[in-house]
Amino acid sequence: MIVAQRKGIDEIKKMVAPYSKILVAGCGTCVAVCMAGGEREVSILASMLRMAFKLDPGKEIEVGEITMERQCDREFIEPFDKKLREYEAVISTACGIGIQFLAEFLGDRPVFPGVNTKFLGSNEGEGTWFERCRACGDCVLGETGGICPITICAKNLLNGPCGGTNKGKCEVDADKDCAWTLIYRRLEKLGGLDNIRKIFPPKNFHVQTHPGRLVHEAYQKEEKK
Amino acid sequence: MSEASRLQQAFAAGKFVVSGEIGPPKGTHIEEMLHHIDALKDKVDALNVTDNQSSVMRISSLGVCQLIKEKNGEPILQMTCRDRNRLALQSDLLSASVLGIKNVLCLTGDYITIGDHKEAKPVFDIDSVQLIQTIRQLEQGRDLAGNELQGAPKFFVGAVVTPEADPIEPQLLKFEKKVKAGADFFQTQAIYDIENFKKFMRYARQFNTKIMAGIVLLVSAGMARYMNQNVPGIFVPQELIDEMASAPKGKALEKGIEIAGRMIRQLKDEKICDGVHIMAIGREGVIPDILSAAGLNGAG
Repeated sequence: MIVAQRKGIDEIKKMVAPYSKILVAGCGTCVAVCMAGGEREVSILASMLRMAFKLDPGKEIEVGEITMERQCDREFIEPFDKKLREYEAVISTACGIGIQFLAEFLGDRPVFPGVNTKFLGSNEGEGTWFERCRACGDCVLGETGGICPITICAKNLLNGPCGGTNKGKCEVDADKDCAWTLIYRRLEKLGGLDNIRKIFPPKNFHVQTHPGRLVHEAYQKEEKK
Repeated sequence: MSEASRLQQAFAAGKFVVSGEIGPPKGTHIEEMLHHIDALKDKVDALNVTDNQSSVMRISSLGVCQLIKEKNGEPILQMTCRDRNRLALQSDLLSASVLGIKNVLCLTGDYITIGDHKEAKPVFDIDSVQLIQTIRQLEQGRDLAGNELQGAPKFFVGAVVTPEADPIEPQLLKFEKKVKAGADFFQTQAIYDIENFKKFMRYARQFNTKIMAGIVLLVSAGMARYMNQNVPGIFVPQELIDEMASAPKGKALEKGIEIAGRMIRQLKDEKICDGVHIMAIGREGVIPDILSAAGLNGAG
């Protein structure tokens, strides 16, 4: 899932200060699970904004709330078209994908980010998420025992640990594991150490030229095949 | 293209090779560094110049290697993978070659957040093993993308290894990849426990590569304890810490020089390894004293 974290209220307030009719638009998918921008967080943010603006003399403000099931898909946004256009500005608490998608959909009014999008990660226990994939477009997990050196190693090293590894921990953050110690130990168990004895060539960054675009085979036009 | 580097020749002649380390300054005042270069260049076989050491922005290794060349010293260009992508690294390698710099030491590089530009973008486009391969490919007249070069460089290629790494197996796996990629010599992380180091050398001797033991000058018992606590892959045995602590007030540096000299002498006399790389961080001026304590009279 995509993991995000709500921006500070001061930053959000500053962005929408010129407007008096503001809609907080949440997303019911990833950001709801990571407690950054789902229905509950929309309600909290809207209340915080109302209170924050109340302190400003002479400022009259209306803050609306909606949460769509998914902001990264047109069919989930369209039903809210009318509601969205009742407001001067929208704060989206979806991930960066949803924020951009909503801004493009609306076109004629500003959409501001209510969150910072952090990474693609997994739930590691209550309220804790951990990055698991950098979407590099060239997966090597089959050779590294299902542990990603691109993501879990801070330096995305492909050929073994750096000199900063220490007792299985990372030089960048001693609370984090050294990816290459994990990989070595896992492959030792799986009998797969030969996988990593070979030298991995430099990574192909061409396959992740940004912005990425993908058309499923079944949908490619006949003439383009 | 040209004859072997002086460092390579020293190894080939069976000499116990000694290198020193020069840390370029942050800023344009280079007088003190030049003084160190002058004091050391004829006493050691090569001077190893750090590359934005500890991720702190400084004068480049390439620039200082050129200054050493101008003084007829023998520089080793350190190259980390932290700040340059494969284009910049290859480009700098070609530049080094035409400037007559023939030794390169390949490292991963410390992470960005350890240094003084914590918000900078870390590069790590290729890793240290791939950098060694890159050099070997340039020497074949092709760049990393396979394009033909108009003139190929020739380098004596070094790498680093941490004999005290914990756990050791992943470290040795990488060491072997560096050998396979074509590393001519290795410089180790600081070693203090000679018996442990002998164990590593018994393993390393099966490979056709030269090993220079890393010698970091101890300046106090506190420094030794600090390194044991905080520096990955460094282990100072308790006897050495006690020995440092036993030095009379104001004499700790002398004790550190004595210990470093003694270790180097043992490494050489017992033919444990092929040479030493002396790191006297911030105290480059005492390297000649360490050499005297080791009974080495300089490169000559």
